[in-house]
Amino acid sequence: MKQIDLVILGGGPAGLAAAIAARKAGVQDILILERDREPGGILNQCIHNGFGLHTFQEELTGPEYAARFADQVRELGIPCKLNTMVLDLSARRVVTAVNRTDGLFQLQAKAVVLAMGCRERPRGALNIPGSRPAGIYTAGTAQRLVNMEGCLPGRRVVILGSGDIGLIMARRMTLEGAKVLCVAELMPYSGGLKRNIVQCLDDFGIPLKLSHTVVDIKGKKRVEGVTIARVENGRPVPGSEESYDCDTLLLSCGLLPENELSRAAGVELSAVTNGPLVDESLQTSLPGVFAAGNVLHVHDLVDYVSEEAAAAGAHAARYILQGGAEGGEALPVRAAGGVRYTVPTAVHPARLDGALTLRLRVDNVYRDRALAVYAGQTCIWRRKRPVLAPGEMETIVLKGPALDKLPGCGGLTVTLEEA
Amino acid sequence: MIDVIIIGAGVSGCAAARELSRFRADILVLDKEEDVCCGTSKANSAIVHAGFDAPAGSRMAALNVAGSRMMPALAQELDFAYQQCGSLVVCLSDEDRPALQKLYENGLANGVEGLRIVERGELRALEPNVSDEAVAALWAPTGGIVCPFGLTYAFAENAAKNGVRFQFDTEVQAVRPIAGGWRAETSRGPLEARCVVNAAGVHADELHNQVSADAMTIVPRRGDYFLLDHTAGDHVRHTVFQLPGKYGKGVLVTPTVHGNLLIGPTATDIDDKEDTATTAAELDEVRAKAGRAVKDLPLRQTITSFAGLRAHELRHEFFIGEAAPGFVDCAGIESPGLSASPAIGREVAALVQNILHLPEDPGFDPHRRGILDPKTLPFEERAALIREQPAYGQIICRCESITEGEILDAIHRAPGARSLDGVKRRTRAGMGRCQAGFCSPRVLEILARELGVPQAAVTKSGGGSQLIVGVNKDSL
Amino acid sequence: MEKRELTCIGCPLGCTVQVTLENGAVVSVTGNTCPRGDAYARKEVTAPTRIVTTTVPVRGGVLPAVSVKTAGDIPKNKIFDCVRALKTVTADAPVAIGQVILADAAGTGVDVIATKAVDAV
Repeated sequence: MKQIDLVILGGGPAGLAAAIAARKAGVQDILILERDREPGGILNQCIHNGFGLHTFQEELTGPEYAARFADQVRELGIPCKLNTMVLDLSARRVVTAVNRTDGLFQLQAKAVVLAMGCRERPRGALNIPGSRPAGIYTAGTAQRLVNMEGCLPGRRVVILGSGDIGLIMARRMTLEGAKVLCVAELMPYSGGLKRNIVQCLDDFGIPLKLSHTVVDIKGKKRVEGVTIARVENGRPVPGSEESYDCDTLLLSCGLLPENELSRAAGVELSAVTNGPLVDESLQTSLPGVFAAGNVLHVHDLVDYVSEEAAAAGAHAARYILQGGAEGGEALPVRAAGGVRYTVPTAVHPARLDGALTLRLRVDNVYRDRALAVYAGQTCIWRRKRPVLAPGEMETIVLKGPALDKLPGCGGLTVTLEEA
Repeated sequence: MIDVIIIGAGVSGCAAARELSRFRADILVLDKEEDVCCGTSKANSAIVHAGFDAPAGSRMAALNVAGSRMMPALAQELDFAYQQCGSLVVCLSDEDRPALQKLYENGLANGVEGLRIVERGELRALEPNVSDEAVAALWAPTGGIVCPFGLTYAFAENAAKNGVRFQFDTEVQAVRPIAGGWRAETSRGPLEARCVVNAAGVHADELHNQVSADAMTIVPRRGDYFLLDHTAGDHVRHTVFQLPGKYGKGVLVTPTVHGNLLIGPTATDIDDKEDTATTAAELDEVRAKAGRAVKDLPLRQTITSFAGLRAHELRHEFFIGEAAPGFVDCAGIESPGLSASPAIGREVAALVQNILHLPEDPGFDPHRRGILDPKTLPFEERAALIREQPAYGQIICRCESITEGEILDAIHRAPGARSLDGVKRRTRAGMGRCQAGFCSPRVLEILARELGVPQAAVTKSGGGSQLIVGVNKDSL
Repeated sequence: MEKRELTCIGCPLGCTVQVTLENGAVVSVTGNTCPRGDAYARKEVTAPTRIVTTTVPVRGGVLPAVSVKTAGDIPKNKIFDCVRALKTVTADAPVAIGQVILADAAGTGVDVIATKAVDAV
């Protein structure tokens, strides 16, 4: 079996950034495995602008952002096998993959970075009753058809879910000539960015119906209409139904990290994020297996995916070059008081090199709170936040003296408090 | 004049076609949909009933038991997915024990092999996730699970291989006797045949009542189901029924041959014979009932819900017989119709043979190979297959790991897949947890290329079910 | 006197901002919590602009379409004119990232450029 230093599962933004960072940290023997026909992952279909403000201080479209990383990978001479599907990952880091040209092959890796991204929650998982005709797409499927194939999947559209992809698709479908009738959102708030609500809905007079959901789909062969109702206490309110004549229903109801390979390999997963449980080096429960990007937890901005993945690539490189991980005490990191989760969920104080990055999301919309980190009972970091929303990821970077409190503290707690 | 027209390409019609293909005859199967297996046969519990449930002495009981006995050998001959996993009818209360005993005795009378009542301890060993309330169960080791698409396509493909023709998108609107046979008025013109088989599922009564004064009434009985991901597939090891009793009639929980978990169905009689829409009320009912016989059901892992219609004749019996000279009914085929289908096919063929006295076809080939699933091959064989046919190295459906090779095979078989759903039923591409989100644009591309049509002409399920309605900016 | 209400996109707070205009000139901005809200509101009511992104078909390419964008902001009321101007445009492969696909789109003075490279078949 072929031996290799680092295999990166996925050539999207996470995989590309991890590869670049690992190479810069001194690992020569790297291979990226990508299932699509080109590197860049989902960015290739995100043709709207708004990417890269954080990383490049300019506003790029998805394909442009992807190209910056893909170009670097090419310049660094890091090989990337395209149209290649990873079929299996073993706990001992044997990767089994397949494509047309190499056929079925296996690699023994010293380290692996999981960078498989996420997928959309399908209709079935939403339990929407009604018929099952053509014309029901996840927003991402419609996005691929419109933005990469130049095809229109429908002309009169209702969108369920106000996640960013749904909002973006409302504008895209409108610009390509379709009529978007409304966006219904089950929650009393949108999961999307304010900017997208304004520029994708308000600009085109598309109504956003908060606390509404789809209760029926009509049409035998193709969607002929959907019924939307107001939701109170999680149940549709009888009598509040409104019917829309449409040929298309787009679903933008959340993303799920794609961890089938991780699960089969025995990687421990979080019940909250559906991503691997990792420590501060983004190493999973399997030694030498690291994770970053949307496979780890769903991010709001790709810039943070790149940043996180670069860290994972650097840590994987260190693991390879040192021949394993150092030891030392592991502290749990707990989410509390409105913080839904944190990444990482464990920290080895002895392994920190000057900074600890904690990423998190909150479980509701909060105004005028403080975000705080405790080491045991001692508050080591606290910042006021005028607003926190589930749609936005928060990042805390702990440095300097704050980190001195960690050894022996029993564990970190990240929580919201009165401001 | 055609020798035999079979109306309906569901499991009964295809089973009859396959049995009749043993003879030298011109046989034509018609269906109003675009493919085989588009009605009741595609949305059901996917199980092979052992045969203890149908009333002793009924046609249903005899054909169920006979079909169930034929299934293991047939699965070898026609290469479809079938497992004799056994079934349990769980009794949740001591006061229901007499009903359990009665079911056991009915099964004995039907001739079901291996039936036994198992008590609490043994039941838990057999089925660890059975409800804590369960006091006993009827154990039927001959119960099984089958891929209903696989079974129907197996019959159809073997029939086609032996000369049977299929014509789709053809609705039979009327049948009337003519000299020496029957004339069928169809949506695509008239057809004449010496003999007609009425396997029209929920619509079989409409055809029957055109030729017979002995009226038949088929009520579509809708059932809603949940299908759960592979991660939930081993939650039960056997098909678990709930004994009707103190808690009413339950729903079943069963593994599927492809490793999913299936829960359902409800039973609601409706008027519209095409209405396979699920309803919130019935999905709620499945959710409420599902947990009674099996505990800790991981309903969060649901990947889809669907509804199917049983062709329920009011007398709850199979009607297989000559309704008028040369017009053979195969009607009222509700549950356990899938289980009984091999025997139904044989019986229908015998009836037709009684009328036409066809010569045997010495060239009849009883074997059919299913679509090769590279996942089932050892590493080296799979690697060799991809070297020879690189399309088997291109994964199209990520959730179910379905390759382009399998999809090409599905499209180029006879009768072959022409739609996304046709590909899905044959290969499982799009059947997984993302429900075709990733693969549908790819499958669309492959179908358009292989069928030589524009992508905008490719449908989800025939008729007006196009997936693409235009190109960007075409209306601006 | 005209009053307009908008949602500020400066941050997740999403302040509802009221702008009062007289003869097209901004008289007052209220409801904003920070100076960014004021600036956003003034621009949005007097000269709103957007980047437009869409696709055009590619002839002879490995992909059927290429993504494009306006190279800079264009007036918001020109969005549809810009997209319509692209209706009849087809790019020939190979397409380079940044290549001008349509010069001076809809009289805005802004070019539409490719945001992706598409190789020739």
